[in-house]
Amino acid sequence: MFEIRIHSRGGQGGVTAARLLATAALHDGKYATACPFYGAERRGAPVVSFVRIDDHPIRVYSQIRNPDLVVVLDASVMETVDVLNGLKKGGRVLINSAHNQEFTGFATFNVDLTGIALKESLVVAGSPILNTPVLGALAKMGIISAESVNEVIRGMFADERNVKAADAAYKEMSI
Amino acid sequence: MIIAEIPKEEYLKKCTSACAGCSSSLILRYVLKAAGEDTVLVVPACCTSVIQGIYPNTAMNIPVYNVAFAAAAACASGMTEAFQALGRKTHVIVYAGDGGTLDIGIQSMSGAFERGTDFLYICYDNEAYGNTGMQRSGATPLGAKTTTTPTGKTVEKKDIDAIAAAHHLEYMATACSAYPLDIYKKVAKALTYRGPTFIHILAPCPPGWRYPTEKTIEMGKLAVKSGMWVLYEREYGKLTITAPSKTAMKKPIPLEDYLAPQGRFSGIDKKSLEILKQQLAANLKKLAAEEVEP
Amino acid sequence: MRKIATGNKAIAEAVKQALPAVVAAYPITPQTEIVETIADYVTSGQMKSRYIPVESEHSAMAACIGAGITGVRTFTATSAHGLLYMHEMTNWAAGARLPVVMANVNRSLGPGWNIWAEHTDSMQERDTGWLQVYVSTVQEAYDTTLMAFRIAEHNDVLLPVMVNLDGFSLSHIMQPLDTVEPGDFIPPLHLPHAIDTNNPAGYGGLTGPDQHFRFRWEIERSMRDSVKVIAATEMDFADRFGRSYGPTEEYRCEDANIILIAMGTLGKEAEVAIDILRKEGIKAGSMRLRWFRPFPKLNLAGKEVVVIDRDYSFGFGGILAHEIMAQNRGEVYSVIAGLGGQEVTYDDLAEFVRQRRMGKEFWFGVTGHV
Repeated sequence: MFEIRIHSRGGQGGVTAARLLATAALHDGKYATACPFYGAERRGAPVVSFVRIDDHPIRVYSQIRNPDLVVVLDASVMETVDVLNGLKKGGRVLINSAHNQEFTGFATFNVDLTGIALKESLVVAGSPILNTPVLGALAKMGIISAESVNEVIRGMFADERNVKAADAAYKEMSI
Repeated sequence: MIIAEIPKEEYLKKCTSACAGCSSSLILRYVLKAAGEDTVLVVPACCTSVIQGIYPNTAMNIPVYNVAFAAAAACASGMTEAFQALGRKTHVIVYAGDGGTLDIGIQSMSGAFERGTDFLYICYDNEAYGNTGMQRSGATPLGAKTTTTPTGKTVEKKDIDAIAAAHHLEYMATACSAYPLDIYKKVAKALTYRGPTFIHILAPCPPGWRYPTEKTIEMGKLAVKSGMWVLYEREYGKLTITAPSKTAMKKPIPLEDYLAPQGRFSGIDKKSLEILKQQLAANLKKLAAEEVEP
Repeated sequence: MRKIATGNKAIAEAVKQALPAVVAAYPITPQTEIVETIADYVTSGQMKSRYIPVESEHSAMAACIGAGITGVRTFTATSAHGLLYMHEMTNWAAGARLPVVMANVNRSLGPGWNIWAEHTDSMQERDTGWLQVYVSTVQEAYDTTLMAFRIAEHNDVLLPVMVNLDGFSLSHIMQPLDTVEPGDFIPPLHLPHAIDTNNPAGYGGLTGPDQHFRFRWEIERSMRDSVKVIAATEMDFADRFGRSYGPTEEYRCEDANIILIAMGTLGKEAEVAIDILRKEGIKAGSMRLRWFRPFPKLNLAGKEVVVIDRDYSFGFGGILAHEIMAQNRGEVYSVIAGLGGQEVTYDDLAEFVRQRRMGKEFWFGVTGHV
């Protein structure tokens, strides 16, 4: 079973990202579950979503304690949240960042999702959409297939800029 | 009185879980300043239940009694009777949302009013069930979008002020989060009465009404300036309209100016808009006439 | 059609297909997504039902009763305090012999306010005459809701059915969902005692001591008859749609010495604990109880039984544990865990089995056996 923890802020679409990721895994023929963790999630507060992907039906509901991959959609949450908490040895970090962030001991993948979203004018109510471009990055990392990414995005969003942004993230990510 | 004369003591601490731009926290801050430390807040299920914070902390520096959704006014009835039996003068204030007042709490509120209960009932009205994510309530205006009225509410807002007035309250008032000094004064005045008093406070809500978080005060002012929300008091039934509404009634801004910045009214159909305008005009006319000739 | 959906959405989808004529709705966390989704279906024209936005849960059930007695299909959803607020009327719905279907998203009771999973809410409805089932996956939530309408409306039953799903752990989790074309799986409702102005009758009026008990017996008789109806419905569902369900779901119980019993999501996660225990050479199996009312006949002879209660009856004990003990006349190891959404993992479940002491009760998070 592959376990992913996604860090974002309330209102940024972290829950939708989890759902899209799980749906893409489903399209890849896997089993997947996604779950937001509800604390006091007022708008703007840090939130966490969980995604599990497996070849067999997933029977676990308890929180992910040791993720294989941590995704940070909003780096500012790191001021108050330990995003690396429980990350497995050999685990990876995918972070939305325009710089080259590094986390000691974990392979870190930087991709400027915000920049990509802004370039594609993928903005809603003043906020850049991150949950579709991040799928491109995850595809580049081999978590889900690129074909499923496009299928899932098109299945949910009419706006083709979402696919373009995912594509751009795929291309921009260096493994 | 000017705003600088409001006591500095804070009873609502800085660690609440409120959304950015929350009217309720703003309102409560001034309610508690007016009430002072010898106060118990009775809170049914509503945003305030969560805003207080999570055990073992509380963001309020007065006792807060949380109670089931339908029960606030009945619980307050019991509490105030008991305080009187004990010879204590502690203020008992129900602080409830619109769902807990107009809908599920209306029975117990009516009962407490009818019995002459010595308490203050404050309804902070964000015109929907805010704590569960903005579903329609009896307080949701005609035409407003909520998660259970996705294309706009098709029936009108319940007139809880008329219902309250029908209980012959000695003091009732309306207020708005954009006018904190007014809130302070009305609460202070209400608390000088022995018997049931009622204050209905408009609480613009950024996630619910769909406007940017920094515009809460502006929304409240637009509500008053358009006449959609009228600030007034009734003492022994006698109506006095508060200054900002007096001004607004002479020359209200177009209703569209209030509705347009709110996402919940986007795409409101012509018929609903017409009805809102007609009712607004009729209401202002009625209030103006009443103030002159009670 | 395969997609990802939350437990709440799955329920709403099933309701859309069952097409009740009337839905009464009141929001409460963590059920709210159900009534919001149905509101969306109704306003967008996908679901031609009449939607009543009631002002409280007591009124939600009252509205379902009023609608139901005209002979139409009805649905509502609630949770915890909402369920308790409608308690007078849930009793009424059963007594009125109305096949209301209700989704209850299991949530704990305050004070203090806690919005996470616990079964005490629905447990407090166990004496009402409602049928009760507990689901553990999104797929099961959907399937069971479809079946609930058919079971409730069967002329040998005519009792309301409560579909229970864990708050947040299942209501908000997204899992794969295959929807079906129900076709004629849910036959039209023919309520024998529906209001008929051509043949008027009084309903539920004054009934004396020489008669009232007969009506109470009728409820129990139908509750007993429902066992066959449930089995037949589940069998037909399996034939048509390929997914089988029963009163319990057993995992590796065939050669087990120890049976771990739980309901809801803990009952599903228990399977992972069983796999761990088996690797250690412990011959354990898990039994997830689905139907709680009518309470099924469990075959536990000669086994050590560990029961997880996500509820409690103060002054007595874990409710599921005691129902099992009463039926099987044997001791169990009663574990009280998961109250108020307390985190219980497969590791914890495995440890409960390892540490078992027959006849004892253990409150997880509180030290020592009591």
